[in-house]
Amino acid sequence: MPIKIALAGNPNSGKTTMFNDLTGSNQYVGNWPGVTVEKKEGRLKGHKDVILTDLPGIYSLSPYTPEEIVSRNYLINEEPNAIINIVDGTNIERNLYLTTQLTEMGIPVVIALNMIDIVRKKGDSIDIKKLSEKLGCEIIETSALKGTGSNEAVSKAIALAKQKTKTIAQHKFSELVEDSLSKIASYIENTISPNLLRWYSIKLFERDQKVWEQLALDEKIRSKIDSIIAECEKQLDDDSESIITNERYNYIADVIKDCYVRKNTSRLTVSDKIDRVLTNRLLAFPIFAAIIFLVYFISVTTVGGWATDWVNDVLFGEIIPPAVEGFLESVNCADWLSSLILDGIIGGVGAVLGFLPQMMVLFLCLSILEDCGYMARIAFIMDRIFRKFGLSGKSFIPIIIGTGCGVPGIMASRTIESEEDRKMTIMTTTFIPCSAKLPIISLIAGAFFPGSLWVAPSAYFIGIVAIICSGIILKKTKALSSSPAPFVMELPAYHIPGIKNVAFQIWDKSKSFVKKAGTIIFLASGLVWFLSNFNWQMQMVDAPDSILASLGSIIAPIFAPLGWGTWEAAVATLTGLVAKENVVGTFGVLYGFQEVAEDGVEIWSTLQASFTMLSAYSLLVFNLLCAPCFAAIGAIRREMKSPKWTFIALGYQTVLAYAVSLCIYQLGMLFKGNGFNVFTAIAIVVIIGFIYLLLRRPNNKDRKNSSAKKVGKAVLGGAKL
Amino acid sequence: MFSLRDAKCGQTVKVVKLHGEGALKRRIMDMGITRGCEIYIRKVAPLGDPIQINVRGYELSLRKSAAEMIEIQKSS
Repeated sequence: MPIKIALAGNPNSGKTTMFNDLTGSNQYVGNWPGVTVEKKEGRLKGHKDVILTDLPGIYSLSPYTPEEIVSRNYLINEEPNAIINIVDGTNIERNLYLTTQLTEMGIPVVIALNMIDIVRKKGDSIDIKKLSEKLGCEIIETSALKGTGSNEAVSKAIALAKQKTKTIAQHKFSELVEDSLSKIASYIENTISPNLLRWYSIKLFERDQKVWEQLALDEKIRSKIDSIIAECEKQLDDDSESIITNERYNYIADVIKDCYVRKNTSRLTVSDKIDRVLTNRLLAFPIFAAIIFLVYFISVTTVGGWATDWVNDVLFGEIIPPAVEGFLESVNCADWLSSLILDGIIGGVGAVLGFLPQMMVLFLCLSILEDCGYMARIAFIMDRIFRKFGLSGKSFIPIIIGTGCGVPGIMASRTIESEEDRKMTIMTTTFIPCSAKLPIISLIAGAFFPGSLWVAPSAYFIGIVAIICSGIILKKTKALSSSPAPFVMELPAYHIPGIKNVAFQIWDKSKSFVKKAGTIIFLASGLVWFLSNFNWQMQMVDAPDSILASLGSIIAPIFAPLGWGTWEAAVATLTGLVAKENVVGTFGVLYGFQEVAEDGVEIWSTLQASFTMLSAYSLLVFNLLCAPCFAAIGAIRREMKSPKWTFIALGYQTVLAYAVSLCIYQLGMLFKGNGFNVFTAIAIVVIIGFIYLLLRRPNNKDRKNSSAKKVGKAVLGGAKL
Repeated sequence: MFSLRDAKCGQTVKVVKLHGEGALKRRIMDMGITRGCEIYIRKVAPLGDPIQINVRGYELSLRKSAAEMIEIQKSS
């Protein structure tokens, strides 16, 4: 039987750093059942029989957020042999609040008192022995950043797990509460194991809905317990949940008073001084703009861009293909096979791997921003704006990065804690035109709107409006209405990021990206190559006679209401799924040119013959908003962690693209005096539906929230707003 | 009766009572804002919302709509 040890602690307590340190690369990343909260497990370095589980960063074991629910379910159902509770020594009061809850679960607990080096540097001191006695569990001083103490903490946990010494919570609530708890315990002691009796009694007392549902006590007992709680609430003039929370914090304050000596009581720390500048009323936005520009400049324009260009143009342009070609010729490889390998696989996978260097540089920048604490400040200063569109302040970063490339943009959504906000950001990030969509814009602008200055800006404008409107619409749906954990956010103290931690994050993300390129994208590229090089008789042909072309003519009528129901346009849009740059290239091939310039100047006149200004613009809009390239779809799949949500995202994007293009084309035709037809009517219905979705009342959870707010307002009555 | 929303930057206030219910209230209390604790109002975000406070020795930000649920009295 392997020993199972759970790592639990607040966000920003250094938990993940310690986990990485203890397990190294022996990690398995998965999902907690039913939610898209990441589940990380790993084997302890050098001890194959010890499995560590990194629980999500949580402040409490309340029943309100998915992170808290999966954590407590894990602790109750899986019964790990020990818990290592990572406590941030610089923020001990709030961190111990979770500790008081963990020690009630009948599992051996070891406290890793982390960031002890920073505590000492500040000149504070903690009486470990006393604290350990008062809390009833062993305490090991650690510094995860420096890698000290972690091994000691884990061996202590292993020892406790082997001895099976359960930690017994030392804190007692007030007499009245303890009295009620023991009465409640007497009703349930036959059904609950003695280890968890106290935990369940407290949860019942708190009126924890999940526990009440789970235990399904019979009606008589329920009403008896209910009256016990009501009596206690009446006497203490507060609701039971508040009573427990209050008493926990009072107890902690009491413990701290005896064990923690603060040297410097001044309110201004170094971190506060940095904050004075970075979130200053006047400077906050200029500094934010400068930092975002710097991130963008380093990762997309310069360092990352150069590296990506090199990989695309040199490595996958001049080095690998000629070498492989030479080899294939030397072994007399069949034409079709060398075409598959060169054009299909190397071309397709290369196009995706080309993004890797750019992404690595970007993730370097983002992990530094996240690790040093600036990301929370971005949310702080941007919250006001993005809240209006139903997004979080942190959604701004993926969108900005998305202008360079949607793949890192989608992956940057990682830093958004709320699951719903993250899903919405992933769904909307690729609306902003990425650099690969620029050739499409220049093709359409050059061929149909020569000299006009509004086409390119309008593409960005449409992207931004699509994001804002989607935010408002999606927020009102049942699945994405905001979770009831709103914006009450810790602003962690600034600190210098750990190099090991940053490097680990980059490695972790790059690895999964390469894996994706090697699997899904590999297959997709092969498939598109096959479809565009063969006809139904399995003979190798040029693109205009291929299966793809015949499929194109089948689906082309779908796009007829958008004004571009030609098979060329349909095929170009399909190949855009491999990479958006392909759209222009495909037009070139289909119109009989071998090579076209990036803006496709050679095919302008051909295009002008088959499109009008209106239909060309509709084509442009559709290609900007519809499902992104395979690389970005892969990123969506990875970040959503659910096939269902990947399909929802792609479906939403494509439907929106279709609806917007339809309205643009049909209403444009109407204004041009082309008369009213059935599609004009559909377009008008779509617009009315769209306005309804924008203005309708939000669904369920949200409504509950706002009514709770109204109650709050009514209670406060005269309080000034 | 004052709520945290009425407090000015730089003031230190004492929590009297928490209004409201459910997840938001629990979250506020889990973060350490409980009856009797002291709160120092650090600043207001550049756009006027949310606010940043110091409670139990760390920095916390919350929206004014949540601050409204926290009834306070001004400490001396």
